Amino acid sequence: MGTVKQFRPVPEPGAADAAPRSGTATSLSVRSVDLQYGGPQGTLALDRVSFEVPENQFCVLVGPSGCGKSSLLYLIAGLHEVTNGTIAVNGKQVDEPGRDRGMVFQSYTLFPWLTVRENVEYGPKRQGMDAATRRAIADRFLAEVGLTQFADHHPSQLSGGMKQRVAIARALANDPDVLLMDEPFGALDSQTRGVMQKLLLRVWEHSHKTVLFVTHDIDEAILLGDRVLVMTARPGRIKADLLVDIPRPRSMDMVLEPEFIALKRKIIGLLHDEIDEEH
Amino acid sequence: MKKKSLFIPFGDIPGRIVIGAGVTVWVALLAAWVLVSNAGVVPKMFLPTPQAVIGAAQELGGDGRLLTHTLASAQVVLLGFFISSAIAVPVGLWMGTYKVVQAALEPVVNFVRYLPVSSFVPLFILWIGIGIEQRVAVIFFGTFFQQLVMIADSARSVHPDLINASYTLGTKRSEVVWHVIFPAALPGIMDTLRVTMGWAWTYLVVAELVAASSGLGYISMKAMRGFQVEIIFLAIATIGLLGLITDQAFRHLRTRVAPWAR
Repeated sequence: MGTVKQFRPVPEPGAADAAPRSGTATSLSVRSVDLQYGGPQGTLALDRVSFEVPENQFCVLVGPSGCGKSSLLYLIAGLHEVTNGTIAVNGKQVDEPGRDRGMVFQSYTLFPWLTVRENVEYGPKRQGMDAATRRAIADRFLAEVGLTQFADHHPSQLSGGMKQRVAIARALANDPDVLLMDEPFGALDSQTRGVMQKLLLRVWEHSHKTVLFVTHDIDEAILLGDRVLVMTARPGRIKADLLVDIPRPRSMDMVLEPEFIALKRKIIGLLHDEIDEEH
Repeated sequence: MKKKSLFIPFGDIPGRIVIGAGVTVWVALLAAWVLVSNAGVVPKMFLPTPQAVIGAAQELGGDGRLLTHTLASAQVVLLGFFISSAIAVPVGLWMGTYKVVQAALEPVVNFVRYLPVSSFVPLFILWIGIGIEQRVAVIFFGTFFQQLVMIADSARSVHPDLINASYTLGTKRSEVVWHVIFPAALPGIMDTLRVTMGWAWTYLVVAELVAASSGLGYISMKAMRGFQVEIIFLAIATIGLLGLITDQAFRHLRTRVAPWAR
């Protein structure tokens, strides 16, 4: 097993069956990406993963744990190196990290020595923006995530949910072309999670950034995404590419809508096959 | 109301008990000293009475000798410590950040680190002579290699996602040590400096026992030859007090330079 690889054509740019509401230009393109750990004899984590994300699309990756979905995000961010294949953002091939790909991590990654505002200003400061411009940007995004009053606090004084809100503001303040989100709400309790999902929906509907969001929570995937990519268990492959045909603005109530339930059932089915195969 | 036990593992205790317990042990020790030394159980040559030590303090303090020798010692310790820290902080950060620096330095550092400082004293006297440089070299040698390893550890324990996040925000590889690893490791570095400052004081007497003409170690040695045990006690107490003061100063400094870390 694993030696005979199925032939799967790389989709033509723009020919993806999921792109209607989004822009036509391709923002992110992942082509035949393999990731192998521990040399040529090591474990294959990702196996010829190919997909494209058009501009302004909110794309969600779901998959069983250990399927390499987080690794894929690190590859796109340029934090790890692909074994084979190419990744490009706005036509430019990725070979190192850069500010065109912002990322929100599952762990808390605010700089503890900086205040909330200084954290949000960090990216603009690295770009060489003057203090007044930076401050205006920071104030705008802190207002967006509802943390204006906490601007002068240090991260250690914030709750987990607040930290992730700052992390989102910090990533958006740097105006990336693509926003990568690696289970950003994974460490939060379910109540806070719901609040954060609502907040992200609202923020995204203002900015329409191109987003690639990784989660293993199916409700979260459907609630947030324009499109859901379902991955197989290790080695990770794209198993299904599903359109979420539910109008925006969305709210938490839609989890009871028939379209939502139908899509959820479909994704659960796809994931169950994977989990059963593994155990 | 049931009285709360003081012996709950990791349990909190009232503030007055914290102070009370500390004071009790000190008072008990001092009282035992007063009793034993005044009872004449131990010859005065070996154990001075507290009155004798206070007398010595008044005498040496009065004519300025205590201050002169204390300043001489403080100068040696601080000079050795600051030179050591000034080199150990940047090199330790590089060592913790870059595997190649670690690979190059670690074998030597871990060899030297376990050598007793006192074994180098004859060598230093031969090489550097008997001036202040020799004593500073002893302090430097005692603290530098320890600092290096501990600071490298602080740098290494910075969470990789903190560095990854800084990359995705546009930080360049060459900037990461200064912009991320140094501030993130700063609380750890301050702790290392505080601990090694204490060690620097402990090497002082080793540095001053041989070939010194001033300092608290020097007056202890001289007092030993003259059987003035109360002066030895005075020198020891002074070093302890200076250690306590620098320790508090570093505690304070840490909360000033790294107020975000608790």
